[in-house]
Amino acid sequence: MDKEKEEQQKISRRDILKIGSVGAVGLAGSYFLNKVAPYTGTANASSHNNHKKNNGHANHANMTDNSKTSGYKMAERLLTEFDYGKVSTLPNGQTLRTYEVVAIDKEIEIAKGIKFPGWTYNGTIPGPTFRCTEGDMLRFNFINQGSHPHSIHFHGIHPPEMDGIEPIYPGQSFTYEFEAKPYGLQVYHCHVLPLARHIHKGLYGNFIIDPKTPRKPAKELNMVMNAYDLDLDGANEFYTVNGYAFAFMNHPIKIKKDELVRIYLSNLTEFDLLNSFHLHANYFTYYPTGRDDNPSQFTDTIMQCQGERGIVEVRFPYKGKYMFHAHVSEFAELGWMGFFEVE
Amino acid sequence: MKIKWLIAGLIPLILLVGVLGWVLKNGAGVEQDPAAPIEVLNIERIKVTVSGFELNVSNTGPETLKISQVMVDDSVWDFTVSPSQTLERFDDGNIVINYPWVKGDPHLIKLITENGIITEGEVPVANLTPMPTWENFLNYGFIGFYVGIVPITLGLLWYPFMKRFKRKWINAILALTVGLLLFLFVGTLADGFEIGAEAPSVFQGNMVVIIGAVLTFLLLIGFDQYQQKKLESKGYSPYAIALLMATGIGLHNFGEGLAIGSSFALGEAALGTFLIIGFTLHNITEGIGIAAPLLKSKPRFRDFVLLGLIAGAPAILGTWFGGFVFSPIWGALFLGIGAGAILQVIFVITKMLIEDHKKFKEPSVSWLNLSAFSAGMLIMYFTAFFVKF
Repeated sequence: MDKEKEEQQKISRRDILKIGSVGAVGLAGSYFLNKVAPYTGTANASSHNNHKKNNGHANHANMTDNSKTSGYKMAERLLTEFDYGKVSTLPNGQTLRTYEVVAIDKEIEIAKGIKFPGWTYNGTIPGPTFRCTEGDMLRFNFINQGSHPHSIHFHGIHPPEMDGIEPIYPGQSFTYEFEAKPYGLQVYHCHVLPLARHIHKGLYGNFIIDPKTPRKPAKELNMVMNAYDLDLDGANEFYTVNGYAFAFMNHPIKIKKDELVRIYLSNLTEFDLLNSFHLHANYFTYYPTGRDDNPSQFTDTIMQCQGERGIVEVRFPYKGKYMFHAHVSEFAELGWMGFFEVE
Repeated sequence: MKIKWLIAGLIPLILLVGVLGWVLKNGAGVEQDPAAPIEVLNIERIKVTVSGFELNVSNTGPETLKISQVMVDDSVWDFTVSPSQTLERFDDGNIVINYPWVKGDPHLIKLITENGIITEGEVPVANLTPMPTWENFLNYGFIGFYVGIVPITLGLLWYPFMKRFKRKWINAILALTVGLLLFLFVGTLADGFEIGAEAPSVFQGNMVVIIGAVLTFLLLIGFDQYQQKKLESKGYSPYAIALLMATGIGLHNFGEGLAIGSSFALGEAALGTFLIIGFTLHNITEGIGIAAPLLKSKPRFRDFVLLGLIAGAPAILGTWFGGFVFSPIWGALFLGIGAGAILQVIFVITKMLIEDHKKFKEPSVSWLNLSAFSAGMLIMYFTAFFVKF
């Protein structure tokens, strides 16, 4: 009985006060906590000075890569390579150009270390830049070695049966034959359904028809604006020119001072309405569809809808590096950005 | 004879090896090449540092993969991976991205493998991730203290008040406790599933919660029965029940600490103060619950201290764990264990209530008990408003 009483007394008023004091410490501490706790919003983490100091790299260097990967080499080759075909003369004196075009399923490097399961013409994205002169007879021997039916639909003026809307099945071939007209910059692409898939996979390219009177001599460049949707959600992950992200940013295009530069520019970006070309620190003349008789523009920024194309002519008055990129910042930062280096 | 017996055991085994070998060699009779590469890259943790982001990743897919590009907010960005860009199955990697993040903004990080498989990680609200410094350690400990130990101690303070109750009312309080615990059980389980879902799928987070809960429940029941048998005591020892309860609630509070700690770590610190107030209010009832089984006994002061510590201190461990080393799979396991422990306490108290009422030939679900039970659930439901957003 005594023991029980003793035990009962173990919880005395004083003990309750002891427990209560824990609560009091709690109240006092909560006041103190508010000042030192990490959630008071005073952690001054991201001032600009901090970033400058810690990032340790210059502006516009978010993607640095000095290696010349296979993807870069492809983009560089497409920049200056023009396919004039095998040239012969027809009995009537007309020039005949014969081109070999093979559709191949091929994995393409579209950004450093990223492989894209592409469908290609002759193994590159974009395909080869076909070039001819107005009035030439053209013969495109198309062989489909891919896994899906494909075709070549050329922009320009030609008989409808040569328009390339009939699918050519795997293992089969077809010869597209027509006269080159009108002069200017055309594009070509596959026209088999589903269209978006066939074009997005890489079946497109530039097709230049030179005017009968040659243009002024210039350093000529070929640029196809395109993009890649890796997860097939209808939005692109990478935006490029000639198929490889940041190609000419890490390896600028060399130009001579005051030299005339002529760029054959087209937009074959799928899943986005528009793409654009903006040049820094300079102005250029833009000829829509590559026609001298079209109203031209003197500007530093142009936009092109899907399938639209034109010629950019420019001279650089100062030495140094001139940036060019899509003026949609998102496209620029996802790969469509580069430099001219004027020497 | 013995050899014959052994052979009888070995024959099915040898045949099984044969079948497996045949399948491995010849395939299952279906096309072997997968149409698309199967790559599973898991982002375990994103730390926001002064100079950018640091990601802990692991390859939980069946094959080796290579991280080739990183995008932050729709912009390709430079990065480094240690030890290597190529991760073999179950390899871990650490990705460092220098990026001028904006305090308070959301940031989206995309990791792209060589084969173009995209893994996304989100920083919902950018804020410096707390580093394990002594100061932070102390601050986190304080938070755990306020969330765990303080309210439970405050709840225990009702003990002398409740002590004067008659048997009928004591049972009502036990019924109330069952209500509180049932709410906690469901809540803990749900939190476990939520966190488990974030864990890499190869670990099957939800199964970890269930396994943790069931095994803990059975283990505690087994242990309880073993002790009962050993002591051959009549009925349950009130202190043992309170202790079990404190343990279960402790594991639950570990989970709460985890939630608070990781919310700081994830930059959602604005919720922090609210969470602390909410959990504190919420947890006062846990103190009442722990005190309830003791009403028929004569506990000592140090018993209360011990119970308060067992139930409350895990909140401190939880905030540390959540703030500095959080990983979803561990969170799922701890919450599963917590749920199991709480379920066992519900089981024991309910059994005790029923037996007590049986002894006095009363219905165990009396109107009073039912009301108290409902009140327990409702108290938890409404105080939880402070911590749910």
